Amino acid sequence: MKHLLGTEGLDRDTALAVLDTSDGLKRTLLGREVRKLPTLRGRTVITMFYENSTRTRVSFEIAGKWMSADVVNVSAGGSSVSKGESLRDTALTLAAAGADCVIVRHPASGAAHRLAGWLAEAGTSVVNAGDGTHEHPTQALLDAATLRDRLGDLAGKRIGVVGDVLHSRVARSNVHLLTTLGAEVVLIAPPTLLPTGVAGWPVGAGGSLVVTHELDAELPGLDAVMMLRVQAERMHGGFFPSAREYAIAYGLNANRLSLLPAHAPVLHPGPMLRGMEISAAVADSPRAAITQQVTNGVHVRMAVLYHLLAGEEDQS
Amino acid sequence: MPPRDRGAPEPAGQRELLSAGDVARTIARMAHQVIEKTSLGASGAAPVVLLGIPTRGAPLATRLAERIAEFSGVSVPTGALDITLYRDDLRRRPTRPIGETALPPGGVDDALVVLVDDVLFSGRTIRAALDALRDAGRPRAVQLAVLVDRGHRELPIRADYVGKNVPTARSEEVRVLLAETDGRDGVVLFREGDG
Repeated sequence: MKHLLGTEGLDRDTALAVLDTSDGLKRTLLGREVRKLPTLRGRTVITMFYENSTRTRVSFEIAGKWMSADVVNVSAGGSSVSKGESLRDTALTLAAAGADCVIVRHPASGAAHRLAGWLAEAGTSVVNAGDGTHEHPTQALLDAATLRDRLGDLAGKRIGVVGDVLHSRVARSNVHLLTTLGAEVVLIAPPTLLPTGVAGWPVGAGGSLVVTHELDAELPGLDAVMMLRVQAERMHGGFFPSAREYAIAYGLNANRLSLLPAHAPVLHPGPMLRGMEISAAVADSPRAAITQQVTNGVHVRMAVLYHLLAGEEDQS
Repeated sequence: MPPRDRGAPEPAGQRELLSAGDVARTIARMAHQVIEKTSLGASGAAPVVLLGIPTRGAPLATRLAERIAEFSGVSVPTGALDITLYRDDLRRRPTRPIGETALPPGGVDDALVVLVDDVLFSGRTIRAALDALRDAGRPRAVQLAVLVDRGHRELPIRADYVGKNVPTARSEEVRVLLAETDGRDGVVLFREGDG
């Protein structure tokens, strides 16, 4: 693996290899006093965030440091980006400064792909940490890791993804990855928050995709439910009448939780809007796997860095 | 050792160094040596922990512990110590899958840890294992048990318990087969180009 730009096109064997490495790393570090491995000693990883982030950025930084890579953080605000430098020039500068891997978050869909093209000559690996409304592959991988922890093999499992699918790169990456792993993904959202042509999204062989507007009818048949954040910052217009009405129709509260089978966990990629897509009672219940997702996020990102940087040079 | 069963002719380019029976006898002998050298069960002796290095060191450690329990009545905790993340040659090969690390519940602090591996060759695996062990705890002492020592050390490392010393050429390959991982027991030497 040279880059991780998305889960679309990520084959099943590679996805499983990353998830297995993540599980192995988690078991290796479990209960250890020294949570540091020498594996990526001497490799330099630069995070480049053009959008705000808490967990993704921290998680990548911890992942890199636990693997002994040198991690440098660049944010748009405190860098030459604020002087008008283009993404391409910034990236070439970071590569010239010695980055083995650039982790990028950018508001424009496709930014990571462009970056990978520009950095091909330098041989720098690129990880997409979220590009616009396109993809967020490490989030999908950590969701899959958490679902595997709770449900075992995902083949044949029915996973509901609820809410603002239109603006969600998490939903898109999860559809590709979970179907590749053999799951059936059910996208549940009001018509205004579904992208056009969503029913035709490519899905992995062995999996399938269902699109519906009815949450209550779907809940009893799900093996897990993933609540999406309503992304007000990407909304320029009225997508639903009011927050209260959204919460009534699509928010996960204690009553709805009781419709969900007892084995089914509740996931949320964070940050949560309590009272909007998820009630505080559900977010804090033992059914919620939200902190487990964050913990898995570190191990999954360690695994991604391992697969990108530890082996011999891979040009594919 | 009793004569080996020569019933089946061996394929060209490979030679059986130990038969299944030889492997069992060798492990039994190593168990006796471990019991003696570690003063197992004596008062004041450090508790012994066997840590196998995956892939084949792990089942070897389990078998060694079974023989030790049989001969001495002392049950020795065993575990597995994967060294993939500590290798010094990761960048020379395609990405390797990582193996299983499972330390015994009591950990390794203040124990006499016996590392168990199938073949001792360059010594680099053992160097990596010593690094991995340092992150797992602080044993009182560390010893090394290998089923086969084939020479060609590249580091100042030696084994405390050796099942069989085999002089080899660098180009040859020594492969330990175990029922748990390979379907049968044995040690086979492959000549150049046949491995």
